[in-house]
Amino acid sequence: MSQWIYIGLFFIVGLLIPVGAIAVAWILGPKKPNPIKQSTYECGIETVGDSWVQFKAQYYIFALVFLVFDVETVFLFPWAVKLGQLGLYAVVEGIIFILILIAGLVYTWRKGMLEWA
Amino acid sequence: MSFWTDPLKVAADWLMSILTGWGMPEIAAQVLIGFLGVLLLISILMVLDNFLVWVERKVVSRFQDRIGPNRVGPFGLIQPFADIIKLLIKEDTTPGGADKVVYNIAPMLSMMSVLILWAIVPLAPTILNVDLNIGALYIIAAGAIGTLSIIMAGWSSNNKFALIGAFRQVAVMVSFEIPMLTMLLIPTILAGSMGMNAIIEKQNIWFVWLAPLGALIFLITAIAELGRAPFDMAEGESELVAGYNTEYSGMKFGMFYAGELLHAFTYGGFWSILFFGGYRFFGLEQVSPFLAIAVLVFKAFVGYWVIMWIKYTLMRIRIDHMLAFNWKFLTPLAFTLLMVTALMNALLAGASTWLYVAGMFLSNVLLAWVALTIARSYSRRERENVEGVKNVVTSRSIP
Repeated sequence: MSQWIYIGLFFIVGLLIPVGAIAVAWILGPKKPNPIKQSTYECGIETVGDSWVQFKAQYYIFALVFLVFDVETVFLFPWAVKLGQLGLYAVVEGIIFILILIAGLVYTWRKGMLEWA
Repeated sequence: MSFWTDPLKVAADWLMSILTGWGMPEIAAQVLIGFLGVLLLISILMVLDNFLVWVERKVVSRFQDRIGPNRVGPFGLIQPFADIIKLLIKEDTTPGGADKVVYNIAPMLSMMSVLILWAIVPLAPTILNVDLNIGALYIIAAGAIGTLSIIMAGWSSNNKFALIGAFRQVAVMVSFEIPMLTMLLIPTILAGSMGMNAIIEKQNIWFVWLAPLGALIFLITAIAELGRAPFDMAEGESELVAGYNTEYSGMKFGMFYAGELLHAFTYGGFWSILFFGGYRFFGLEQVSPFLAIAVLVFKAFVGYWVIMWIKYTLMRIRIDHMLAFNWKFLTPLAFTLLMVTALMNALLAGASTWLYVAGMFLSNVLLAWVALTIARSYSRRERENVEGVKNVVTSRSIP
């Protein structure tokens, strides 16, 4: 049986167990909604302003930098698997690849893209 | 092949003979047997999750110089069951204005992302759940579902604290995945394969002796991925109420909480698999798979203990410090460590075992010392910018 069917079964059962638990809780629990209970929590006071606050643009920058390095590490995985059999040449090649991307990180650092402000 | 050396195969063959005897086609029987096996493993995990709640509460109480639950049952062992019963009969309030579908799915996805991680954990030489040859990548992929569930929880709660907590937590989790991926590359280089079982089988010498700095950075990034202190931006207790799970009550909150503890235990297990030899213990695992499972669970608990120890000792780090620490210190250090490991591995390939181990170990220590010196001089310069240069009187300057 293919391994991926097993992983699919893990997904299904892994989803069924929390669904089952929450369904049991839904059956067993009382249901008495009232407006006070359902109001949004803000440390005991009435909410001030919109709930969906503005998305800080700095998060997008961090996601972009993450994307670049994530793709880099995905490319490094096949290199790492075969490194034992490939000798020093492949090591130097991989090091050059990593250094080019470290240069990218230094560029973003010097441009101030990694600041929180 | 007796029951004691290969229990899974014996049980599967027996069930298969019964099912095909009833006339079921073989494919359907295999899927059904697989389903039963998965159900068994996940049920055991949920019971273990209960035990983990007890362990966590006892340990945190000892760290805080108190006793912890000891009323309900002997040593408070029944306490988690009482908690589960309480959570099950609580009312399931949904905040008004919340995004109903996303709000309900988020805790289920959070728990699911932890349970599917156990698909690739090799429990014994003969009990490999799924021997995926891309196990290391699967860890990150499954963890990404957890990250998604946090942003779903925060966004759909219609609560600005939950939203800010979720944003920060996801930024931290996503940022710390880069050093974690790099540290997953190091056992891959040393073992020549990404599969978890292959990594364990190549650990005649534990990888922690070959890459101690790698083990340390993996631990730090794992704690950040888990969202536990000192990186718990999401549940910044007393900072952001309860972060992304502010508006959850009852079993949905229970799913988040229990999922987090099981996630911590799972990462303790992965830390021990990747760096501490997994189920291996000087040949004990060949005797019986049950002993191998016991060894793995013991090592996972040691890893879980270290993670708890760090949580209850250190203070929370501010979000901008956390992200600066990752992008300006950990990521360059992780990539430098990767380059050094690859280089030393190739240079020392033909050397004797002692020379190999000593060379790798010393290169790690040297790199750690260099990194700390750079960090210290940088912070001293920052401090002097802020406070002005202080004349430090050393013992050598006093005549």
